[in-house]
Amino acid sequence: MAEIVLAGVTKRYPDGTTAVDRFDLTIADGEFIILVGPSGCGKSTTLNMIAGLEDITEGELRIDGAAVNDKAPRDRDIAMVFQSYALYPHMSVRENIAFPLRLAKVDKAAAAAKVEEAARMLDLHELLDRKPAALSGGQRQRVAMGRAIVRDPKAFLMDEPLSNLDAKLRVQMRTTISRLQKRLGTTTVYVTHDQTEAMTLGDRIVLMRRGLVQQVGSPEELYHHPRNLFVAGFIGSPSMNFLPAEVDGDALTTVIGTVPLTERMRRGLAEHGSPRRVILGIRPEALEDASLGGQGGATALGGAAEVTFTGRVDILEDLGAEKYAYINLGEAGAIASEHLAEAFQGNETEDGQVQLVARIAADSPAREGRDVTLAYDPEAVHIFEPDSGANLTEAVAAGVA
Amino acid sequence: MSPKATVSEGRRSERKLGWWLCAPAAIVMLAVTGWPIVYSVLLSLQRYDLRFPGRKAWIGLENYGTVLTSSFWWTAFGVTLLITVVSVLIELVLGMAIAVVMYRTLLGRGLVRTVVLIPYGIVTVAAAYGWKYAWTPGTGWLAGLLPDGSAPLTQHWPAIFIIILAEVWKTTPFMALLLMAGLALVPEDALKAASMDGASAWQRFRMITLPLMKPAIVSALLFRILDAFRIFDNIYVLTNGASDTSSVSVIAYHNLIGGLNLGIGSTMSVLIFLAVAIIAFAFVKGLGASAPGQGTGGRR
Amino acid sequence: MAGGGGRTARWSVINLVVLLYALIPVAWIASLSFKDPSSITDGSFWPRKWTWSNYTGIFHNDDFVRGLINSIGIGLISTVIAIVIGTMAAYAIARLEFPGKTAMLGMSLLIAMFPQISLVTPLFQIERSLGLFDTWPGLILPYITFALPLTIYTLSTFFQEIPWDLEKAAKMDGATPFQAFRMVIAPLATPGVVTTAILAFIVCWNDFLFAISLTSSSRARTAPATISFFTGSSQFEDPTGSIAAAAIVITVPIVLFVLLFQRRIVSGLTSGAVKG
Repeated sequence: MAEIVLAGVTKRYPDGTTAVDRFDLTIADGEFIILVGPSGCGKSTTLNMIAGLEDITEGELRIDGAAVNDKAPRDRDIAMVFQSYALYPHMSVRENIAFPLRLAKVDKAAAAAKVEEAARMLDLHELLDRKPAALSGGQRQRVAMGRAIVRDPKAFLMDEPLSNLDAKLRVQMRTTISRLQKRLGTTTVYVTHDQTEAMTLGDRIVLMRRGLVQQVGSPEELYHHPRNLFVAGFIGSPSMNFLPAEVDGDALTTVIGTVPLTERMRRGLAEHGSPRRVILGIRPEALEDASLGGQGGATALGGAAEVTFTGRVDILEDLGAEKYAYINLGEAGAIASEHLAEAFQGNETEDGQVQLVARIAADSPAREGRDVTLAYDPEAVHIFEPDSGANLTEAVAAGVA
Repeated sequence: MSPKATVSEGRRSERKLGWWLCAPAAIVMLAVTGWPIVYSVLLSLQRYDLRFPGRKAWIGLENYGTVLTSSFWWTAFGVTLLITVVSVLIELVLGMAIAVVMYRTLLGRGLVRTVVLIPYGIVTVAAAYGWKYAWTPGTGWLAGLLPDGSAPLTQHWPAIFIIILAEVWKTTPFMALLLMAGLALVPEDALKAASMDGASAWQRFRMITLPLMKPAIVSALLFRILDAFRIFDNIYVLTNGASDTSSVSVIAYHNLIGGLNLGIGSTMSVLIFLAVAIIAFAFVKGLGASAPGQGTGGRR
Repeated sequence: MAGGGGRTARWSVINLVVLLYALIPVAWIASLSFKDPSSITDGSFWPRKWTWSNYTGIFHNDDFVRGLINSIGIGLISTVIAIVIGTMAAYAIARLEFPGKTAMLGMSLLIAMFPQISLVTPLFQIERSLGLFDTWPGLILPYITFALPLTIYTLSTFFQEIPWDLEKAAKMDGATPFQAFRMVIAPLATPGVVTTAILAFIVCWNDFLFAISLTSSSRARTAPATISFFTGSSQFEDPTGSIAAAAIVITVPIVLFVLLFQRRIVSGLTSGAVKG
């Protein structure tokens, strides 16, 4: 168990491309850290540098206070779970799990006991004498986990360990990994491209893009206080809605009507030189069918100062527990920002029409082809600067705090 | 040492290791082929007959003139081309049929695939003797089927036919294996889709299977054509070049070992090498054959 | 795939045709080798009178026995050397990035297509001046050369199929680079190496042209070449039976290899051939 420190860690390839740029992070002992981002963002490279499978171009990597830049993987005492599981096909499950112990020259009896223990923890008992080829995907994944935990390493590194599993198994294994990590209390660095895995597993999330860290924080922080357009668009499912907006006196003019400026927005805009053109962001779950709160004077959002707008429902997806209403905003809703393209597919449909998604309650009477009135709390609105992508509303919050 | 230097150091050591690992193979291949090729070009420019070492002299391209105006050479060249073209064509058709059988047969697939390898495993000379005796009057079961008094191996066309038969029998399985590997590349779904679209079995083969197999067919053809062009063992055993059945390899061999004429022998060697190079070049240009294994350079 | 009876019958007939195609010529040589000298010219497919005398005869023939020893010795030595240096080159080609890789592959390909006869004349002269003519090394050298392209191509395809993540995994599990190679990579590469060795041995064993051109006595003459000299030898009244028996003797080991390793040989022969 160990604290891992990355100080200005950089990876540059001979052809000049920078895969990871000045990565700073202190991973506390026992912490579960998620590296997440779209493909090519440098998360796997970072993991490989921690593992020792790739050289660090610049900066320092410290494990338990000691610089390990030049140490071979085997001298770092770190275990890794690969996306392909990388089980040794010519060894049985038992031999696979025992392999690190065999290399460490642990005596046979002690090794056998440890293998038994790992097998019990991962429910691999009946499989110990099988060869990897005879296992299902989920079983192979558990063997790979077993091989990682068996020698009690200082840290676990996991490189997209669940992405080769089917959706149902992935959810199951997610809880298994989470439980195992809590029980063993081993520092873990976990790489994924899936924001759901990131949100559900990690103590802290490091969101990367093009080799640069975008934001580090707890899942709640990244969700509620995204620092920029990219983070806001990447975290959350369905993705946040983004609309072009113009600051017009004490309100924002948008395709969904006028949004009154709150005190928070006013301060944020003022601090950033009062730009006129901005991007408004609002999460689908911040929108609710206004008709639901109609009775008894209560509002749909439970009393907050709400703003409403009306639009025609283009598509309605009923998920049982909730409904997704897609509202067509026409072409006027289009915004162009490079920060969004990478984070998610955007809410443009094929013909250039822009849609807005609302995640509304299951008992909403909204119907396809009919108008629906949606209500939201202006406090839930984020305002972004289109060029830098910075979240103006959050920068202030951070400044205040 | 700065960390940056370590990276390029790693890359440089990878290169070095690559060269070191390839060096022995490269040196052997170059030493055994490179120098002899140069040497045979040099020999071809000399009058050099081991029976008359005293008359050794540089004579420029005279040997080439001698060979290229010799009717023996052109007969051998024609015979070689004929055998090459006919046997490779037959092998292609027959090999394709066997490949389809091996790939599609419902029963005894393992048995068929195993037994078909026997002709491949048999030593060419051994098989050639089998064919020779089969066609020898009196001894052979095949000669017995012919009218009395015929001795096929001593007549030009029957002998050519038997040479082609021996060649085809021995190498068709190899062709079939290469083509079967090509068949395996044809996605089952594409065939299903085609049959849903109303294609008959023959149409599926012609319009889906063949185009998708083209790379496999072209590279198998290239290999077999160049291989057939150097035919030697079968002819040596079956006729030893009698009744105008010499291939270029056989005639070059006889000039060297029988005639001990290094100058003429080398000239023929160079000409055969050039012919093979031209065929290979024409093939790659004309049919877009890519070298087997090319484009598989992916790593990690 | 349960077809009707008609379908099964049709496939049975087709399979039978293919089997007969492969087996009849072999059966003929075998039958010839068991024929008694008195009945060898009777033209019958099967022997009317069976005898082992052709086999005992050739094993009492010193030249043939010597030829077998030469074949085995030269074949094994050539194969081992070709495999060792070919494995090194194939590993480099499959796993490392270095300039000259394409040239290396190109050279192998050229040699694979090279007409051997073009080498025979110069090699004949060079080996005579170096004292290699009619010696084992005189044959081993060209055999290695012509076995190498096959070795390099086949093995680099095999190596490319090894999941190299395993090497990383072994390093993470605490292995030194050598341990990673010995405990993880080598066991996975062995089947490919064995297959390639068999293919290389077949190339050497099957050669005839070099064997008759670069030898002049039984010192280095291999079995196939020795057989071709049976014809002129006066030791046998009629060499037909002896030649047939010798042909069977030199064929059986290879056919056994091929049959035993059928699956692997198919994948070895076709590897790299279809990825154009």
